[in-house]
Amino acid sequence: MTLRASALNMGDVYSEVVVDDLSRTQIVQYSGASGDYNPLHSDEIFATQVAGFPSIFAHGMLTMGLTGKMVTNHVGDGRLRSFGGRFKAQVWPGDTLTARAEVVDIRSDDDGVGVVELRLVTTNQDGLEVFAGQATATIDTD
Amino acid sequence: MMFARSVGDPNPIYADEEYAAKSEVGHVIAPPTFVQAGAQFDPDWPLRPRIGEPWFGSGRNPTGTPRPGGGGAGGGGGMARGLHAEQHFEYHRHVQPGDVLRAETRPGKTWEKEGRRAGKLVFSETITEYRDQNGELVVTARSVGVRTERAPEAAATAGSGESQ
Repeated sequence: MTLRASALNMGDVYSEVVVDDLSRTQIVQYSGASGDYNPLHSDEIFATQVAGFPSIFAHGMLTMGLTGKMVTNHVGDGRLRSFGGRFKAQVWPGDTLTARAEVVDIRSDDDGVGVVELRLVTTNQDGLEVFAGQATATIDTD
Repeated sequence: MMFARSVGDPNPIYADEEYAAKSEVGHVIAPPTFVQAGAQFDPDWPLRPRIGEPWFGSGRNPTGTPRPGGGGAGGGGGMARGLHAEQHFEYHRHVQPGDVLRAETRPGKTWEKEGRRAGKLVFSETITEYRDQNGELVVTARSVGVRTERAPEAAATAGSGESQ
């Protein structure tokens, strides 16, 4: 899928449930894939007894990766120019996350290439923001 | 593909050469946050157990590296007080199979903020430039870490805006 400037409006919203009932196994899977083996994300004994958290929790970068899936599904493959944001709250096993993108700017870059700027917010099942950021992507202008 | 699986993304552009060849991009690319896995190749990466060295996760005991003087809440090795606050990527092009990326890291800005419950928060930026085999810039990453004055669970329960 690619986005066309003519079909985009300021304030347009696209959203996806990016994970439903996040499993501890998926968090472990991310540890292995990313190389971030911090036991806070896989070791319930360490996370609860040593670090004092209610359980293990997801890597911020897993939340960002899940959010990225929504973004690339929306803007199309190979179209992303920038993607970033802040980790606002922890994501726990069992969480269901919804990632949302809102069009906040449609413009042309210096080379005349169309660019859309999206405001991103990922929330958990209680509506709490866990990630907030922005992305820019190229769009078709003809 | 292993990385795409770990973020629950079945998009064939990340693994299926035939599909990718027919796509607008024309070849397989890596998912947007993939360069983070460069940690796998960092010999000094602290969040991976090293052969023959004590690890701060649980084994016989809840942590393998208890701190002198106790006060377990900080986590072994002081690791748990450093939290990942922000991450930003700028794509000059997309990573593709065959790329050999070299990461160069430099410190960015540092600033302080008074947190609601965790005390003074010290933010520090790290800029990482990923260059390909020809020295061309592929991805610029900006990471913001925060260190808290007090134990992180105070910050976590207060929901004061940081997590790992």
